[in-house]
Amino acid sequence: MGAIQNKVTAPPSEELALVQAAKRGDDSAFEELVRRYDRNVFRIAQHITQNREDAEDVVQEAFLKAYGNLAQFQEQSKFYTWLVRIAVNEALMKLRRRKPERTVSLDEDIKTEDDSLPREIADWSPNPEQQYTQAELREILSKTIQGLPPGFRTVFVLRDVEGLSTEETAAALELSVPAVKSRLLRARLQLRDRLGKYFQRGARGNGKNSDATSGDGNQ
Amino acid sequence: MKCSEFLQELTNYLDGVLDDKTKAELENHLSWCHNCYVVCDTTKKTIEIYRDSQLYELPEDLRSRLRSAIMQKCQQHKKRGPQSV
Repeated sequence: MGAIQNKVTAPPSEELALVQAAKRGDDSAFEELVRRYDRNVFRIAQHITQNREDAEDVVQEAFLKAYGNLAQFQEQSKFYTWLVRIAVNEALMKLRRRKPERTVSLDEDIKTEDDSLPREIADWSPNPEQQYTQAELREILSKTIQGLPPGFRTVFVLRDVEGLSTEETAAALELSVPAVKSRLLRARLQLRDRLGKYFQRGARGNGKNSDATSGDGNQ
Repeated sequence: MKCSEFLQELTNYLDGVLDDKTKAELENHLSWCHNCYVVCDTTKKTIEIYRDSQLYELPEDLRSRLRSAIMQKCQQHKKRGPQSV
């Protein structure tokens, strides 16, 4: 079982050249940065806010803030990591406004005891996602990730969906590397646990091997 | 290695950042512990499904609308001066 592969992002030197041009007032360079990262910012924002209009606002506000504060960007980190940090903060603010009754913070106290130890160990069907239509699958994935605390789903989306490194995620969220790792582990395990309901053998009347939990460890 | 120890290292294992010795210990555990094998395999699958899901893709028409709005606001900001964001 090999390691998962991360997405590859643009070479940093190219990004830096665009940032420097934008700082000198070249708006077409800034527009190129928007083109480069608008999809990522939208995805991150919608994962955090779980609301499309909020995500649209976050895209606009994050880029506008980046534009207005470009002179303050130190170029020691990647522009993208800096932009993600702005976007995450904007998205969390939206969430707080929408759900004022709940505290929304990346530092919220999350139970550290065995809250995410796997409860279900039943195996999944081969290619379980193919049992559902694209629309059904999106619904399942969206519903499932909504159930995670914002601090967990933010770490998961940056690391596993957007492919930021652990260090970049820590920098973007102003968390320590161990905190990112511990949240990521629990986010992954909780999602796995919840998805099991849909993806376990026999979960969708495929009728095959619905008793396949009695493995002998010889895989 | 106990299952709880395996689980603690699962994220490092899936991310491929373990030293050879720990990796070998984990893989030895996986070779006989079916439960951990299933947890590891389905966690990896979870990540892959989310990564490949194209959840929350930005539609092209909305994308260009947003980009125009952003660039327009940037222009206004430029005219008003640096204190306006």
